[in-house]
Amino acid sequence: MSMPQEHDYIGLSEPLPSEKSSDKTTAAAAASNVERNGVFSLKETELRLGLPGSEAPERKGGVGIGIGIGIGVSLFGKDESKCVKSGAKRGFSDAINGAGKWGLSINGGSEVDLGQKGGVNVSAVKREIPPLEERKNEAAAAANTAPASKAQVVGWPPIRSFRKNTLATNTPKKDDVGGNSGTGTSCLYVKVSMDGAPYLRKIDLKTYCSYTEISSALEKMFSCFTIGQCGQGLAAKENISESHLMDLLHGSEYVLTYEDKDGDWMLVGDVPWEMFTDSCRRLRIMKGSDAIGLGMADDVQKHNIFDRALIFVTLICAAPRTMQKCKSQN
Amino acid sequence: MAYSFPEEVLEHVFSFLSSDRDRNAVSLVCKSWYDIERWCRRRIFVGNCYAVSPEIVIRRFPELRAVEMKGKPHFADFNLVPEGWGAYAYPWIAAMAEAYPFLEEIKLKRMVVTDESLELISKSYKNFKVLVLTSCEGFTTDGLASIAANCRHLRELDLRESEVEDLSGHWLSHFPDSCTSLVSLNMSCLGSEVSFSALERLVARSPNLRTLRLNRAVPLERLANLIRRAPQLVELGTGAYSAEIRSDTFSNLADAFSACKQLKTLSGFWDVVPSYLPAMYSVCSGITSLNLSYAAIPSSDLVKLINQCQNLQRLWVLDYIEDSGLDALAASCKGLQELRVFPSDPFGAEPNVPLTEQGLVSVSEGCPKLESVLYFCRQMSNAALIAIAKNRPNFIRFRLCIIDPQAPDYLTLEPLDTGFGAIVENCKELRRLSMTGLLTDRVFKYIGSHAKKLEMLSVAFAGDSDLGLHHVLSGCDSLRKLEIRDCPFGDKALLANAAKLETMRSLWMSSCFVSFGACKLLAQKMPRLNVEVIDERGPPESRPEGCSVERVYVYRTVDSRQRLDRPDFVWTLDEDSSLRYS
Repeated sequence: MSMPQEHDYIGLSEPLPSEKSSDKTTAAAAASNVERNGVFSLKETELRLGLPGSEAPERKGGVGIGIGIGIGVSLFGKDESKCVKSGAKRGFSDAINGAGKWGLSINGGSEVDLGQKGGVNVSAVKREIPPLEERKNEAAAAANTAPASKAQVVGWPPIRSFRKNTLATNTPKKDDVGGNSGTGTSCLYVKVSMDGAPYLRKIDLKTYCSYTEISSALEKMFSCFTIGQCGQGLAAKENISESHLMDLLHGSEYVLTYEDKDGDWMLVGDVPWEMFTDSCRRLRIMKGSDAIGLGMADDVQKHNIFDRALIFVTLICAAPRTMQKCKSQN
Repeated sequence: MAYSFPEEVLEHVFSFLSSDRDRNAVSLVCKSWYDIERWCRRRIFVGNCYAVSPEIVIRRFPELRAVEMKGKPHFADFNLVPEGWGAYAYPWIAAMAEAYPFLEEIKLKRMVVTDESLELISKSYKNFKVLVLTSCEGFTTDGLASIAANCRHLRELDLRESEVEDLSGHWLSHFPDSCTSLVSLNMSCLGSEVSFSALERLVARSPNLRTLRLNRAVPLERLANLIRRAPQLVELGTGAYSAEIRSDTFSNLADAFSACKQLKTLSGFWDVVPSYLPAMYSVCSGITSLNLSYAAIPSSDLVKLINQCQNLQRLWVLDYIEDSGLDALAASCKGLQELRVFPSDPFGAEPNVPLTEQGLVSVSEGCPKLESVLYFCRQMSNAALIAIAKNRPNFIRFRLCIIDPQAPDYLTLEPLDTGFGAIVENCKELRRLSMTGLLTDRVFKYIGSHAKKLEMLSVAFAGDSDLGLHHVLSGCDSLRKLEIRDCPFGDKALLANAAKLETMRSLWMSSCFVSFGACKLLAQKMPRLNVEVIDERGPPESRPEGCSVERVYVYRTVDSRQRLDRPDFVWTLDEDSSLRYS
């Protein structure tokens, strides 16, 4: 096979200034990502990936770089230099201005008049494949560094939940089965329901390392329902200030509970994190008023005066409190 | 035609047509044939529950006995479709309960089925016989209890890999003593223990039972008794296949197996103790299908087992089999048609077993009938793919998943374009392809040029530009389903090939570069397509033009109304076709 060409489309041999500015705007979001993984330095990462549903830092005006091209840097759990390799491979054009030199002759498009009408902005994206030498060097460097801890891309590798969950609990009987056989669960999806929300969500407990992480993630995920209570379209049209949102959450007094292996409903935050992930089967964001009825009044009151992350967490005492076995409302 | 056959004769002739395609063709001949055919159609398959409405189906086919339907797109299996998206079975079940009192079969895949639906099924159809729920969710064991209790003539209850809320195992005990009609029972996806005595009695009074797939909670010690009561079994799924090693348990089990002369399929095998595998050896020569994909069995024991199964046609296994085990497979099982190798440690950073592309090369060399492959591995080369393609031009399904999604050829560090190119060029009958690895637009060019019979293509983290997508949409004549994630494909190719989308069942694109404007345009220009923007970040108009949508799902539909059950994160064209999406 001949030497691969270095593809340079629309002037992408170096990162554009616009990319750099977008990197800055992504820095804040990436910072939280780093906190989560606590692994690698931001400088190494040229691009931040946006997963569906996560905050998309590119949503400021100007740079319409599509989110979630996704592989980007942090997610394949390899070492830092491999991350760099991925970053270097990809270059993106300034999407807003469209692609002048794209040069595709569109056949068969004549019947359907789908030119550039309607102000459709075309994002032409080119990905650079670095020349062979460069890639070899990167691969060699990669091989010499220790792997970083892994964060996961949604839905990758493409394995069904049923299989993932079964694998997770499948312990090989013999020690010589495989090299690194099953280091316990690798991914653990649990359903999260919220009182009053029209549908539930699924989260992977293994992507979080602490109660604060999970509570802020859940807040983000379910905040749309609380905002929705103010009326349609508010989120888009008006500015919901953070304090306003917090008032809502405080006011509605939501409490995070979970169902454990024995079918009992417990308050999240009492047991050490690992114990929690081992025994949690399902989560439920319950209205504080329901919790009050079960003797939790004092704690709910206390929650309101804490930092917002602690709305969902009680760290008051270590002894597990069992709530009455309550039937799922589904 | 002036003189034509009486309707009854035509109806009789049509009754020999079982394929939907044939029947659809017949319906197009003339109005009277259309009419005759629609009155005598008994089975229907709806590939996308939103492509048509229950009312339209019922109006056209008033006498159905069997309905098979699919809901969510395939990528829902990997959590790419948010919960609450749709695919509710209830509206269909409710409409059919009114319209088809003689309905006998319902088969659903990737749909949300509630206990209410199950109860309605159990009470609406006097002659209900077959319920198959594949990868469904939304129901509990209470719903199963209704089915067990009320369906007097139940033949099949098959819950393949569905997500069932398991309240208790008590549902099984709801089968009345008078129920003797069971032919197939698959409860392998359930967690809780059922009453073993109830299970044994059920099995004992079902002389037609051919398929029995137990769940993990059924211990090995119970298996022998169950099998003894059903020596006519053709398909068996064990429960947990482990127990203390005792010779009486072993000989009991071996005896029971030896009585099953008709056994062809084995599955289950959770928690395997390899010492118990030889208990099955007496049936192995008749086994054609073996699913060991939940079994952590060392390669050496796997090989011993496989060597017993000379007539194996289908093998699903974990990568514990290793390259050496696949070599043995290639040597022993010359009739092998389908191989699936799943990863035992998919999230580990480093390979945990010596399974590489070599195993697949061996099997492609040694098994002349191999036509369907799903293979997870950690490295691949163009040379290997080219060899595989040349060895096995008869592939129909080729799905390769390299765990690192943009892994290049590990020998040359080049993209895997030529390798996959060889696959589509040599395998002229290829109907399904999934690709991974470092791939440029070139591979899509090869696919567009050669994969003329390709019906389903799955792509992830591949391509450089819209050109890639354009090649596929313009070149693949038989394409029905295209699913894409995390590729730099955008508006141009999509809009230029809008007409193609009406010839396909569906297109899924997530984390690509499709703008909201393009989606609106597409929806406006193509009224027979539903363009769903699935975006959880709020109204798409609130973001700048040119921003990409999170996901877009485009499918053809004859139902002109927008679906009413969509959640607030699904944006579709407004009723009045205005530019506003809601």
